[in-house]
Amino acid sequence: MKPIRMLGRSVRDAVKSVIRNFSLSLASISCITITLIIVAVAVVASFNVQNFTKAIEKDMTIVVFVDNDAEEKDIENIEDEIKRIANVEKYTFQTKQEVKEMMQQESEVFKTVLDTWTDEESPLKDTFQVKVKNVEKIKKTALKIESIDKVSTVRYGEGMVDKMVKAFSSIEKVTYIIVLGLVLVTVFLIINTIKLTISARRKEIGIMRLVGASNITIKLPFIIEGMILGLFGSIIPVILTTYGYLAFYKHFDGYLYSRLIELIVPEPFIYQTSLIVVGIGILVGMIGSASAVRKYLKI
Amino acid sequence: MDLIRVKNVEKKYKNGVTAIYDLNLAIEKGSFVFVIGGSGSGKSTFIKLLYREEKPTKGQVIVGGLDVAKLKNKKVYKLRRKLGIVFQDYRLLPKLTVYENVAFALECIGEKKDSIRVKVLKALEDVGLKNKVHEYPDNLSGGEQQRVAIARAIVNDPKLLLCDEPTGNLDPEKSMEIMKVLEDINKSRGTTIIMATHDKEIVNKMKKQVITLKDGHLVKFKQKGTYAE
Ligand SMILES: Nc1ncnc2c1ncn2[C@@H]1O[C@H](COP(=O)(O)OP(=O)(O)OP(=O)(O)O)[C@@H](O)[C@H]1O
Ligand SMILES: [Mg+2]
Repeated sequence: MKPIRMLGRSVRDAVKSVIRNFSLSLASISCITITLIIVAVAVVASFNVQNFTKAIEKDMTIVVFVDNDAEEKDIENIEDEIKRIANVEKYTFQTKQEVKEMMQQESEVFKTVLDTWTDEESPLKDTFQVKVKNVEKIKKTALKIESIDKVSTVRYGEGMVDKMVKAFSSIEKVTYIIVLGLVLVTVFLIINTIKLTISARRKEIGIMRLVGASNITIKLPFIIEGMILGLFGSIIPVILTTYGYLAFYKHFDGYLYSRLIELIVPEPFIYQTSLIVVGIGILVGMIGSASAVRKYLKI
Repeated sequence: MDLIRVKNVEKKYKNGVTAIYDLNLAIEKGSFVFVIGGSGSGKSTFIKLLYREEKPTKGQVIVGGLDVAKLKNKKVYKLRRKLGIVFQDYRLLPKLTVYENVAFALECIGEKKDSIRVKVLKALEDVGLKNKVHEYPDNLSGGEQQRVAIARAIVNDPKLLLCDEPTGNLDPEKSMEIMKVLEDINKSRGTTIIMATHDKEIVNKMKKQVITLKDGHLVKFKQKGTYAE
């Protein structure tokens, strides 16, 4: 039809009624604001967790130390056993000599220390470096390897990393539940705001129907009103995320826990997050107004 | 040619009241028809069936070749764009001026601004309100408010104008002014007019076609009829 003219009128009407129902609109907007702040924090946290989990996963290896008295065929046996474990992606083997050379190359300090040891004194051992397919099962795999004959000890990850990933994922779940609850409250508030608008404009709606306004023309201002509530509600969360994350990133110099966790670089991350926050705000507003229209407009 | 054809129509409301029994009639294009009858005889119900505010429980209501009874809710607006409706209580928006009230009808259906202006001024001229364009409804007399409502109803130049007791709130003098306006519209625009009324004097003076209803039954359909009990 004449979409642009219709849209212009709808937006005008919607803005008018946001102003007219100021107190209820403000309640809806505040509720959306709170919800979106939590959503924003959750989004930022969850992307960062994903980011560093991926980084960790990439070089998460099990280091297998072989007993000093292991012979050639014992080592072959260990290799066969490791090969047979399903979760093993690949492995490399280094003799203690190779380990020593590698360490000597790595730093001068190591080099001088290592040079003072004879072969008997050396604490270095033949090692396998095992990469796993699934980090979540790394503990099980490590235990399996440890039980192989002539394996002295097994090391993997930092232990802490493992726990942190688990902690974050449970925090994430709790956040989802809180956000879901807040979204429901928000939708409820929006429904009531729009209901008020609808009843304030009952006469007008009646006339619109009489003169042949299409259903979309009648509904659109209310839907847009909901979307505007969502948009207004996302202003503060977007500002907070943008500047908050920038400050956070600067303060910690891009790393948490003494360089263990690398934070995501702010740009373009904060813009993407803002977009997600605005999108969710508008969507929640639209869901609220659409259900109010369905419930109270009856067309 | 018939603009309206009503065939075997019955209207039974959800509460069990039957407002119209087995109604059959046809109304020619360009005619001016009164619908009369006592209170509760079914006049408003008949009008409502024509603009698809109510659906008949039986039969067909054909308006401009379209069976209105079969029209889906979503498509009702298409019918409404082809007709104008006027009520006893004017139904104007108090916050809008006379001009805006009439323009509202066209804005709702997406007309362009320039063509809205031309059509609105023409309609207001036809009802004799060109000098009150920027007044608010509350500052107008009842008769003037009703003329604004008529202007709004005819602004899109509909084939059919439905009026449910348009003079119900007006004194005889103002009522005759409204009738004059309606007759002009009927003559100059060729708009078919159907008007439900109680007012004997008007019916007798105008000498138009008369449909008489009694307890939901059609008792008479006369050319140049009068109000007879
Ligand atoms: N929405 C409704 N629900 C149930 N019954 C209704 C409804 N509207 C009208 N009726 C009944 O249908 C019958 C006809 O009503 P209608 O309004 O058509 O009469 P009318 O001729 O317009 O009367 P009046 O001159 O008082 O306006 C009456 O008995 C009325 O009570
Ligand atoms: Mg009536």
